[in-house]
Amino acid sequence: MKIGHIASNTFKESVREKVLYNLLLFALLMIASSLVLSEISIGQERKIIIDLGLSAVSLFGTMIAIFIGIGLVYKEIDKRTIYSLLAKPIHRWEFILGKYLGLLFTLLVNVAVMTAAIYAALFYLERGLQWSHGLILWAVLLIFFELALTTSLALMFSSFSTPLLSAAFTFFLWIIGHFNADLKHFGNLTESSFVSGLCDVLYYLLPNYGNFNIIQPVAHLEPVTASFVGTSVAYGLLYVALVLGCSLIIFQHRNFK
Amino acid sequence: MKVIELRDLTKDFQIGFFRKKPFRALDHLCLEVEEGEIFGFLGPNGAGKTTTLKILMRLLYPTSGSAWILERPISDVSVHARIGYLPESPYFYDYLTGEEFLSYCGRIFGFGPREVRRRTADLLDAVGIGDARLLPLRKYSKGMLQRIGVAQALINDPRVLFLDEPMSGLDPLGRREVREIILQQRQRGVTVFFSSHILPDVESLCDRVAILNRGRLVDCGKLTDILRMEITSLELVATNVAPPQSTQLERLALQANRLGERLHLRMADDGVVEQSLRLIREGKGKLISINPVRESLEDYFLKAMDQSDARDPGQGGTEKREAGS
Ligand SMILES: Nc1ncnc2c1ncn2[C@@H]1O[C@H](COP(=O)(O)OP(=O)(O)OP(=O)(O)O)[C@@H](O)[C@H]1O
Ligand SMILES: [Mg+2]
Repeated sequence: MKIGHIASNTFKESVREKVLYNLLLFALLMIASSLVLSEISIGQERKIIIDLGLSAVSLFGTMIAIFIGIGLVYKEIDKRTIYSLLAKPIHRWEFILGKYLGLLFTLLVNVAVMTAAIYAALFYLERGLQWSHGLILWAVLLIFFELALTTSLALMFSSFSTPLLSAAFTFFLWIIGHFNADLKHFGNLTESSFVSGLCDVLYYLLPNYGNFNIIQPVAHLEPVTASFVGTSVAYGLLYVALVLGCSLIIFQHRNFK
Repeated sequence: MKVIELRDLTKDFQIGFFRKKPFRALDHLCLEVEEGEIFGFLGPNGAGKTTTLKILMRLLYPTSGSAWILERPISDVSVHARIGYLPESPYFYDYLTGEEFLSYCGRIFGFGPREVRRRTADLLDAVGIGDARLLPLRKYSKGMLQRIGVAQALINDPRVLFLDEPMSGLDPLGRREVREIILQQRQRGVTVFFSSHILPDVESLCDRVAILNRGRLVDCGKLTDILRMEITSLELVATNVAPPQSTQLERLALQANRLGERLHLRMADDGVVEQSLRLIREGKGKLISINPVRESLEDYFLKAMDQSDARDPGQGGTEKREAGS
């Protein structure tokens, strides 16, 4: 329950961030402009709207996750608000988890708004919605897990380094994580067993963002398999749990100066 | 019952990345505080008072040594449900209003909504910021923040209260209010452990004090034992005394200063004061104040610091901090 209170306070805190509204505004603009773009691409209208729209959710969601995530813990330490809080009967892990869940809730709200915008654009284009449009929600679900992962990374880095460095690390992993599949591919091609071993290790160690991306098939309204979604969700949960575990261990040993 | 017990508490801070020798902020500090005491924790800037409190609050981990609160090790989170803590120059979530902040604190302790509302309202009034309860903390003055800090420390009716310089940033009225709050808490049987620089407050409140210098305990005990409380002289202030009497007064005094119409006189004892009062009356003057001058904590403090500095000029074993490092 304490976690819930910390989370709700974190939510209150994050909805006060101006950067949140700027990013949300950009995302909505991008979704709106997809309507304009679709005008000039005959026959591809729907695909463009879904593709651009979902990309906007992923991209701007990631930015929100990083920009707010890196400040979550850092700010509390920097402004010394953490002093009076941690002196109260809460465990440090409760604090971290509360912070994390609070930002996830913020992200959930934002993703919901952006998703609603995509549906509004589709509705405008097709003068109605069809059942097949429900597929978009699967893509959104996976994007949400992608964001959950990014948030956990930002939180982990911010539990021991400055916001700027945390942003850099998280962003770096986010980029690498999108080329993760290529890494495995490269490992298979190379002759050297050392390099291929290294690639394997990195492949499993680094986050694999490819697991969360079903934007293309969904844009074509191709069905997605439940097993793919399920596996991705399980992967996301496991990875988040590990990263949060690391954050907790780091945070548990911190001295607040 | 020993409510607070520190045993050989030591804290080293690593300064700089490459520096091998750490800076020792606390050096084998041992202390015991009994139930119901108001315990003053004194020392000059950088003595290690805040460090000690932060260790007790689990914000810092000691390098070695251990501590107990209410006979439980400080690592036991359940202890923290029964204590209150006011950090040094507190700063809280500035986007919350005073009321929201206190409610948040109350909920962290697991109180239900009605209970939280009652406690919040009571405390806001008790610390004198009931009017500002709907104002975001961003708009609070330093003194108001200090007061809301006191309030949040009291939200759970703690058994032990840890206050890090509770009077700093408060105006005289605020200081009196905090003093009253501390006394009220004592009446309820609460043990109060507070650090301070403001010696008159310490003198008027504390049952016992500990004096810390450079991380080491210099002295600990009843104020009356530490200080010889004898009155060394009396200070008398009067105005508008007619000239003949005023010169007589000046002659009587150990030390006299004249500031415009005002006379500041140091008198040796009660007898001389009696005489002076008569002179003031005769000279149609007005008595403003008479204050006993004692060996004050201040005097003691300075003496103790000097001694301990002399005993240990170089901080055995650890490097002394150079300016700017
Ligand atoms: N994070 C830190 N890193 C290095 N040194 C520190 C750190 N925190 C405190 N110190 C040092 O430890 C010593 C004790 O500091 P502390 O804040 O406990 O003093 P204090 O008694 O509370 O002083 P004040 O009366 O000024 O509040 C000081 O010399 C300080 O410079
Ligand atoms: Mg201090």
